[in-house]
Amino acid sequence: MARFRWGQSEGGRAALLMAPPFAYALLLLAVPLLAIILFSFWTQDFMDVNTTFTLDNYREIITQPIYGLLLQRSLYVSGCVTIVTVLLAYPIAYFVSFHVDPSRKSIWLFLITIPFWTSYLIRVFLWKVILGYNGVVNSGLMGLGVIDEPLTFILYNVNAVIITLAHAFAPFAILPIFVALEKIDRSLLEASQDLGETRLSTFFRVTLPLSMPGLVAAVLIVFIPTIGDYVTPELMGGAGGKLIANMIQTQFLALNNAPLGAALALVAMICVTAISLLFVFLNRRWLRGRS
Amino acid sequence: MKGSGLKIYAIAYLLFLYAPILLLPIFAFNDGTIIAFPLQGFTTKWFGELWTNKALHDAVGNSLFIAMMTAIFATLLGVCAARAGAMASFPGKKGITGFIMLPLVLPEIIVAVSLLIVLRQVLDMQLSNWTIIMAHVLICTPFSIAILNGAFQNIDPALEEAALDLGETRWSAFRLVILPLVVPGIISSMLISFTISLDEFIIAFFLTGSNPTMPVYIWGLLRFPASLPVVMALGTLLVTLSIVLLATAEYFRRRGLARAGIKDSGGFL
Repeated sequence: MARFRWGQSEGGRAALLMAPPFAYALLLLAVPLLAIILFSFWTQDFMDVNTTFTLDNYREIITQPIYGLLLQRSLYVSGCVTIVTVLLAYPIAYFVSFHVDPSRKSIWLFLITIPFWTSYLIRVFLWKVILGYNGVVNSGLMGLGVIDEPLTFILYNVNAVIITLAHAFAPFAILPIFVALEKIDRSLLEASQDLGETRLSTFFRVTLPLSMPGLVAAVLIVFIPTIGDYVTPELMGGAGGKLIANMIQTQFLALNNAPLGAALALVAMICVTAISLLFVFLNRRWLRGRS
Repeated sequence: MKGSGLKIYAIAYLLFLYAPILLLPIFAFNDGTIIAFPLQGFTTKWFGELWTNKALHDAVGNSLFIAMMTAIFATLLGVCAARAGAMASFPGKKGITGFIMLPLVLPEIIVAVSLLIVLRQVLDMQLSNWTIIMAHVLICTPFSIAILNGAFQNIDPALEEAALDLGETRWSAFRLVILPLVVPGIISSMLISFTISLDEFIIAFFLTGSNPTMPVYIWGLLRFPASLPVVMALGTLLVTLSIVLLATAEYFRRRGLARAGIKDSGGFL
């Protein structure tokens, strides 16, 4: 009966259609996220899970300096990656939106997105080849006589992780900025210049503020997922470049301590979310819709 | 003036984006076991080794199966959500849509460990290809919705109303009028989901059973220097395949837009 009534209005039919994907996300996302929260308050000894409520996992994260250090380093890396990626991406988005013929915009976007979809693991590995001791950068610079000895600060440390991640997330940053730039009414720019602003001041007083929603989206879409990457730090970071995601992975797969891993994942997630919310809050004046 | 400076930057940036991919074939055809310059000479033997590697064939088989199932299920869910998205609103629609799109920004390791806990500890299920498919459908559905939204929202509602007025049922109107218009979007969504799933490592590594997927198998190879040239050869093939798939997806996406009679305004997202 209820179903019949639901089918009457278009909104009801839309809700019925939305139900399967929603149920799927509920079962495979919401329930697991709740489970992970629950687990973080339990303990595990090899295969036996002890379900008495305890704050031990969180206590360990606070008292053992290694976790704080990894978390700090992860946030630092994610922050650097975000800044580098977004700063490099903005001019590209600007170029495609303002200086590319409309009929060729989609081919540019296509070219930008292709590397993003292909063989993530192998791409990360190839950065090792590029940045390594006998790598492309070093042999190139030595061949040109710029340096006498291979540079060592670009592999097996945090810098290498940042470069590689900035490469991997580039398209993620370009697309939202591009969309925001496309929405800008071009007559506003003309008006600004007619009223005596230079091109540069037009950019800073009109274009940039209007593209802020895209910029904020780009920051979030890079900053949040980078915290969860363990491939790049594992391959590129060496001993001093491991991040919190490596520790989570170790706790789950090698040490069989799922509750501590769950607590670590949650703490990392909470830090990232808090920073993201703060960032959105600080930029709230740019995000308000204009009519 | 300003445009040309930007253009040089854009080309340099594209070079940066493509640098790793361009190196791939160079080392795949290089006759040396060390992945570094100078190059040793031309060979195709690394490609030959791909043909005889049974473990690799199994891994590729697993990955193809997972990617195909993921493409089908993610696109089915995507069609539901995108179609509902183009219809009238109902209470909570925005929140629900946002929740379904959440995996797009969620760190993959969170998805991986939370599913691992539920599957292993709560349900005590054996990890298999299907556990990976479940997770991949979750992360591919938002991409599918993003692509299909474009297809569904551009349909003139008058077309469906006309079909209903002419005596079609809701289902036959959907099948005969709406579906043909969104077929290109569906194909595009399936190809993208397929590509994402085929390449996905972070989640697969946690949820893979006794049979590794191709990225998990590659991950194992990366630790052995002797197997690296073979990885380069495999990578070359994969990149070529991905580019073909993506170009096909892009072709269908554009054809879909052309069918709906609107101007193309951007890429997949």
